[in-house]
Amino acid sequence: MAAAPLPAQEVCRTVLVSSKPARRVLHVLFLALFLPLFALPLLVIVAASFATNWSGALPSGATLAHYRELARGDALTALLTSLGTALAASLAALTAGTWAALAAQRLGRRARRVLDGLFLLPLAVPSVVVGLALLVAFSRPPLLLNGTPQIVILAHTVLVTAFAHQSVTAALARLDPAYEQSAAGLGARPGYVLWRVKLPLLLPSLTAAAGLCFALSMGELSATMMLYPPDWLPLPVQIFAATDRGALFSGAALAVALMATTLLVLLAVSRLRTRAGYR
Amino acid sequence: MPAPTTPATPASAPPAGRRPAPDRPASGIRFDHVTVTYGTHGGQTVLDSFDLTVEPGEVMALLGPSGSGKTTALRTVAGFVRPASGRVLIGGREVTGLPPYKRGIGMVVQQYALFPHMKVAENVAFGLKAQKTPRAEIPGRVAEALEMTGMAAYAGRHPRELSGGQQQRVALARALAIRPGVLLLDEPLSALDARLRSGMLAELARLHRELPDVTILYVTHDQVEALTLADRIAVLDRARLRDCGTPQELYRRPRTEFTASFVGTANLLPVTVRGPGDGVDLAGRPLTVPVPDGLAEGARATLCVRPHLVGLGDGPGHGNTLHGKITEVQWRGATHRLYVSVDGHRVMADVTELRTTPPLGEQVALHFAPEDAVLIPAGLTEDGARHDR
Repeated sequence: MAAAPLPAQEVCRTVLVSSKPARRVLHVLFLALFLPLFALPLLVIVAASFATNWSGALPSGATLAHYRELARGDALTALLTSLGTALAASLAALTAGTWAALAAQRLGRRARRVLDGLFLLPLAVPSVVVGLALLVAFSRPPLLLNGTPQIVILAHTVLVTAFAHQSVTAALARLDPAYEQSAAGLGARPGYVLWRVKLPLLLPSLTAAAGLCFALSMGELSATMMLYPPDWLPLPVQIFAATDRGALFSGAALAVALMATTLLVLLAVSRLRTRAGYR
Repeated sequence: MPAPTTPATPASAPPAGRRPAPDRPASGIRFDHVTVTYGTHGGQTVLDSFDLTVEPGEVMALLGPSGSGKTTALRTVAGFVRPASGRVLIGGREVTGLPPYKRGIGMVVQQYALFPHMKVAENVAFGLKAQKTPRAEIPGRVAEALEMTGMAAYAGRHPRELSGGQQQRVALARALAIRPGVLLLDEPLSALDARLRSGMLAELARLHRELPDVTILYVTHDQVEALTLADRIAVLDRARLRDCGTPQELYRRPRTEFTASFVGTANLLPVTVRGPGDGVDLAGRPLTVPVPDGLAEGARATLCVRPHLVGLGDGPGHGNTLHGKITEVQWRGATHRLYVSVDGHRVMADVTELRTTPPLGEQVALHFAPEDAVLIPAGLTEDGARHDR
């Protein structure tokens, strides 16, 4: 074949995607990595939640006892607590993050970088440290939050705002300024432009950010451990407590409940997102 | 500026048919020494001491290559760019420091920027709602604007369901619905293909006849759009105003080399003046052309003659004749363009399609009438920025 030499990138693309054996190798590689790393542990949890005994290769003694127990005990309260915390924290994070991202557009480049850094700080610091810091800071008047649900919500908000801020900042950078300018040129004040043009156009990114914040907050454990009051016990703390005292299978049932609830909410959010997508 | 101001439409001849009067009285635009710089410490001057008056109801085209500052000039009127110095006035009112939403303008940009989450009718209603137009008035005004642009049938569609030309019409309707005194058009046709573009040009001309009170500032890099649509053209290059006049003036009597070559195609030949009433020398050969006052004997100048005014063969009567060798021939359908090397200078001639294409290298004679040539003094060609114009 007297073909002209292809550019390196083209060669890579051809070899990786177009040749049949290469594609098969890729599929096998994907399954080999994905199944054990991502899918199997989740399946194991589901299997364990129905088991009474796991001494062989597979769990045995199928039962619904853990789930019955779950419906009776404080698990439901814990689930609602988690849902409440995650909803409140992700709403607060979304508001603060969006507000900051919008305001940062008016800042100079350096100031914007400083602001970005500040928002990322809680991610760089271990979340146990964030929890401890809040505990120490709010344990005495005038702001006495220790022992209240608010301090848990506050901790979650601090931890997830970074994600909201990041994704809204990225979406704003992609937003064509011509929309905003056209609106202003038609006589719309900045508030009207924000409400009627910018926020609606950002909606897909806002819901994506909300989903991410919610999922992260639903699973947050380490900072929560430092802060939770006895009457505000999120589900991850209960899972930890259950496994800590050796009730592995009850813990698994709780974990399945947490997983299912989070997935359901994310599914609802993603439906909202596809409805909000314009293009 | 002493440049002649042509009223857009004679006041005595109001066009027939529906003609919604703007809410505001017709307002002109004035740039008063507007300078715009980008970067810290005024690093780059993108508009340099720009002076221009657009009369009420006039269509003024800002014509120039990219980076000439024409879009920046328009954006100072819209309020998206704050001048470093100078003033911008709309209808005699200074707006230099006003935010865009207080300026009473309508604007259409190159990429239309229709709001994708709103239907066509909502897009057109946007400006009316934003300006708190009484609710009962809005549907009528939206319908009127959509009808004016021929988009009434598409009111319920989303922008993504429309073609480029249709989106452009909706963008126009959206800008016209607020009945602006000043309409800013920023390269509105450059995203359309050639056929749609000429259709939209005719459409814009019709719209202006229907709305003679609306002052239009039209930014373009396309000389055809400027020549077709504008009452006057302001030519910009490298952040400065180079020339301003009616399309005919700029085309027939360009005052700078830049104008001559940017508005239409031009043969530009370096000549020396032999004396008033005595023509010029092109590389030692005498040519008869009218010499304007102020050009003394021996002065250097540029001779400008349009390719379509250059004929093939010896000049009849008082015509000027040039002899040279054909270096290239382009067939353009209705015409042939000949490139002829005359004493080392390239001369273009557009002649009616020839039956036989002349071979390259053939010696030919070209002629042009004295009155078809324009002399551009060399002083103006250097930078084109003599400020006493």
